[in-house]
Amino acid sequence: MIRIPLRPLARILRARERGENPDAIEAENRRLRHEAIQDKARRRAEGRLALMASLFVLGFGVVGVRMGALASSDPIEPQSEVMSAQIVSQRADITDRHGRVLATNLLTHSLYAHPHQMVDPVGAARGLARIFPDLDGDKLLRDFTGSRKFMWIKRKMSPEQMQAVHDLGEPGLLFGPREMRVYPNGHIASHILGGSGFGNEGVDSAEVLGVAGVEKAFDGWLRDPANEGAPLQLSIDLAVQAAMEQVLASGMEVMSAKGATGILMEIGSGEILAMASLPDFDPNDRPRPLLKGDPSDSPLFNRAVQGQYELGSTFKIFPVAQALDLAIINPNSGINTTSPMRIGKYRINDFSNYGPQLSATDVIVKSSNVGTVRIAQMIGVERQKAFLQKLGFFDPLPIEMVEAPTGKPLVPTRWPAVTAATVSFGHGLAASPLHLAAAYATVANGGRKVTPTLIHGRTRPEGEQILSERAAARAVDMLRQVVTRGTAKQAEVEGYEVAGKTGTADKPRPSGGYYDNKVVSTFASVFPASAPKYVMIVTLDEPSVTGPGGESRTAGATAAPVASAIIRRLAPLVGLEPVTDEKLPVIAPRFAPRVEPQPGDALKVSANQ
Amino acid sequence: MRPLTYLACALLVMGLAFWAYRENYRTQAALGEMSQVQREIAQLREDLGVLRAEWAYLNRPDRLRELVDLNFDRLQLIPREAGQVMDLGHIDYPRPPAPPEAQAESSDNPAALQE
Repeated sequence: MIRIPLRPLARILRARERGENPDAIEAENRRLRHEAIQDKARRRAEGRLALMASLFVLGFGVVGVRMGALASSDPIEPQSEVMSAQIVSQRADITDRHGRVLATNLLTHSLYAHPHQMVDPVGAARGLARIFPDLDGDKLLRDFTGSRKFMWIKRKMSPEQMQAVHDLGEPGLLFGPREMRVYPNGHIASHILGGSGFGNEGVDSAEVLGVAGVEKAFDGWLRDPANEGAPLQLSIDLAVQAAMEQVLASGMEVMSAKGATGILMEIGSGEILAMASLPDFDPNDRPRPLLKGDPSDSPLFNRAVQGQYELGSTFKIFPVAQALDLAIINPNSGINTTSPMRIGKYRINDFSNYGPQLSATDVIVKSSNVGTVRIAQMIGVERQKAFLQKLGFFDPLPIEMVEAPTGKPLVPTRWPAVTAATVSFGHGLAASPLHLAAAYATVANGGRKVTPTLIHGRTRPEGEQILSERAAARAVDMLRQVVTRGTAKQAEVEGYEVAGKTGTADKPRPSGGYYDNKVVSTFASVFPASAPKYVMIVTLDEPSVTGPGGESRTAGATAAPVASAIIRRLAPLVGLEPVTDEKLPVIAPRFAPRVEPQPGDALKVSANQ
Repeated sequence: MRPLTYLACALLVMGLAFWAYRENYRTQAALGEMSQVQREIAQLREDLGVLRAEWAYLNRPDRLRELVDLNFDRLQLIPREAGQVMDLGHIDYPRPPAPPEAQAESSDNPAALQE
């Protein structure tokens, strides 16, 4: 910085020569310097003022904007997001399609001990052994007097037991809250629900985890707090499920079968109304899985989904429907049924000899193996495989249960002529009864693919058309004739126009080959035939019935009457009215009822998904 | 004039401070009440869950079936069968008693009675 001198020598000398006062020059320069300093200070002060003012404006502006925002927005409750997580229970309920509870939670308590805080370990051990008969008093005493600092005693207990433990008055016995899963209906729908158990356990809470079935498949959804406790609504109808289990159990007893399966499914939506597998279990007290032996001997085994059975003659309708669709045959075409038939070194026989020729309808009605093989041969192996694949017989079903992937059908890897022939009448390809239900529903749905589901009211894309409507209607008509004049006469229920197909398949031996006296008999049905609404599958494992003509194991004598009993019982429950010839008079109302809807009458339903 | 302005400003600030103080305590009281209500809701929800579970347990199909069997002499209930439900249009309802003023009117008109 260049500083201007107060007394510049040149100017002073010049002033002295002119006789002026040199101090004036100094005063002038001093004044200029002060002015410059003042200007600088003022500028700085003004800058500070401006900064302060802008900070104040900013501050007040923020407050003002916030106040405006608070005033214009709807009032919300502070802390609500923190609190509401505690209000809603940690696992959502499961209900049936009408909202009846299938699984819910109860708050119970767990019991744990701090042995180092105990006053009287001997008395505590004795008291606990008296309250809980399943606990060993000596072992407890050893634990309480040992060096342990912490131990669990009971996972869950009843309020009465809790009070009794309270009454012991032992400070070293402590309680922790536990949410417990309850299945109030006991063994009903046990395979669908599965069961639950505890995951990570702490003193204050424990995770409830699904172990099997729907509980496990929807574990994430049920525990998601974002659903705000909305229940999971299944497509099951509790009343229908209970009735089916009852009728099926008595049918199983009459037919002295080892196991039984029943499935009732809505055709249009693919929703499963009832699915039973016997023997079953109580999900409140889930038995341990078998570690060795055949898993299908355990009550945990869900025959409807996990069972892989060769379903026998029920498959015959598929090659026939496909041949009708491809216009290779019509219902009256004559089919060569000369028995036995030879394919390579194998012989294919009929149950009894039906003569040299049957119409295509009679091949189904009389259940001729040879006739079906002839029709399958007209279709060809590739097209037969493609059709079965489209019906879903090659893949596990996309049903909402963890067990679904284990029900992947057993499909032969190679398809020589003899395999193609046996598969056409249901041997050599093992699928679950639910696969069969889906395939029959597809045929009865005018050929549009039906995918089974356990969730009620879910919107799903319409299935692919894999069979023409005309061929599908003709196939259902053939199935109806099986019941009116064929192998399933015992399945007829007046008014419900049952259409179906029986299937009796020999059980394969684990060592290879087939048993002579053990069969799986199946009846796959659709009703009412004139406008199919429901599909029902009944499968009995190793049934046998002794009638007037001796012992019989055929599906027509075992599965068909059970199916008829179930349809007779369930059809009124699902609201299906019988078709009768009786004409009731239609009476014109004598007065117009005055019913005005009140403003608050609308029913509020929590939407699912 | 100026002292009056100062006085008014001071009073205004004191008033606002008092209001803010009151508002602060009212908010805290409301929050306390809120958490109380939340706890109550949680408790009630838990009770509701227990009641729903008990209702479902008492109405489980197995128990109802047993009760129906036990009380068969009085109730005589059997499973629903086909043909027990019919359309409303097939039912001949009796004509309800006409309201008094309409009665007087219809007595004048014999055609209405024969309908």
